[in-house]
Amino acid sequence: MGLLSKKDAKLITDPFADNNPITIQVLGICSALAITAELKASLVMSISVLFVLGVGNVVISLMRNIIPSKIRIIVQLIVVATLVIIVDLVLKAFAYELSKTLGAFIGLIITNCIIMGRFEAFALGNGPWRSFLDGIGNALGYGVILIIVGFFRELLGAGTLFGIPVLGDPIEKTGLYAYGYENNGFMLLAPMALIVVGIIIWVQRSRNKALIEEH
Amino acid sequence: MSKKTDGNAYTVFFAVGMVVVVGALLAFLASFFKPTIDENKRIEKQQNILYAMGVNENDESSAIFVSKDVVGETFSKYITKQLVIQGGNVSEDEKAYLIDVKKEQTVAKEGGERRFPLFVGEKDGKKFYIAPIRGKGLWDAIWGYVAMDENMVVQGAYFDHKGETAGLGANIKLRFFMDDFIGEHLFKGEEFVGIEVSKSNNDPKNEDKTDNQVDAIAGATITGNGVSAMIKVELRNYVPYFTNLKTN
Repeated sequence: MGLLSKKDAKLITDPFADNNPITIQVLGICSALAITAELKASLVMSISVLFVLGVGNVVISLMRNIIPSKIRIIVQLIVVATLVIIVDLVLKAFAYELSKTLGAFIGLIITNCIIMGRFEAFALGNGPWRSFLDGIGNALGYGVILIIVGFFRELLGAGTLFGIPVLGDPIEKTGLYAYGYENNGFMLLAPMALIVVGIIIWVQRSRNKALIEEH
Repeated sequence: MSKKTDGNAYTVFFAVGMVVVVGALLAFLASFFKPTIDENKRIEKQQNILYAMGVNENDESSAIFVSKDVVGETFSKYITKQLVIQGGNVSEDEKAYLIDVKKEQTVAKEGGERRFPLFVGEKDGKKFYIAPIRGKGLWDAIWGYVAMDENMVVQGAYFDHKGETAGLGANIKLRFFMDDFIGEHLFKGEEFVGIEVSKSNNDPKNEDKTDNQVDAIAGATITGNGVSAMIKVELRNYVPYFTNLKTN
């Protein structure tokens, strides 16, 4: 990371591990539940959030000295909503197929607490470049968890990855299914995402004792 | 400590300014992109109709439309007639595929006479009758096109949705679900019953085509019920046309 100072580089790397938005800050859980039933949706959501959070953080950071503090949350909301609508329009016009696949997720980005969380906690108090890095870092940290959860849910729930069957055919009983293996339909339901996130949190905290809160 | 941005006047001024700027920006962008988006939607409708009658680029497992570049000529090649059925009268209309089913449903709800588009296609000497359907799933609208033969036996189906859950309800637009409808009967004997997306189906491989059932998707009960409902409610409207077709 020759381009970035040590402090700046930490903005990108921290959210991956010890300050992960989902497992440590516990933000963005709603979308982690809703869309991780398949890997492709997880990936697409991660990329969309990467864009909106990166750009949004810069916009808020540039406006940070002129935003009236009394209405700052609404201003943040308008910035996210505007960005999301623009992304939606551009996709519909120039990448219609893709916009159909993204459909519901684009709108869901507005409700993602990570975005408001980072605006409020970071972009309002820091310069555009550092805010941009913070946005990218947090979106990547969010994306990694989404993809891990999506991977396990799609694999165990439907026996596919990116929609491609990897364990054989459950109806024709080929591959793994020939030995009596069955898909676990529970994995496709939203609560199972929490269980997977819970396991990730468990693994993470048992590897780094400093993350365990004192009571 | 008070900053200049804390005052009431400044706050109101800022709020008004922001609304005006953002409103103008979005309105400009929306009208700037509208023609391109409308054109995309028009092409998609042609692709959907062709897909239902089996004109597509499907590979082994995924649903692929005919390419955007040739869809216009392919459409005029395969779709021989576009009909509009309104109150028992059948007329031809080259723009029938642009009829907005959602608007027509509203017309019917308000007591008006609804227009039903029906597209007649021909492929390898075989005739297809393709009807659009529309209903509601779990979160939002679902719709599709069903291609039938003269006896209202399904020859192909295409389903789509606005915002069903990814990995569950959204799977109605996947091949494994849509292909199940091919060959299914809409009639049971002399009675129109539609096709039910059934959770208690004893025929997961779908070998019995006259049971008026296809296998449901696990975890997508409400979307599946929506599909059953829209097939039953919408296609029933075409029964008189097909009865007429047989007697003439």
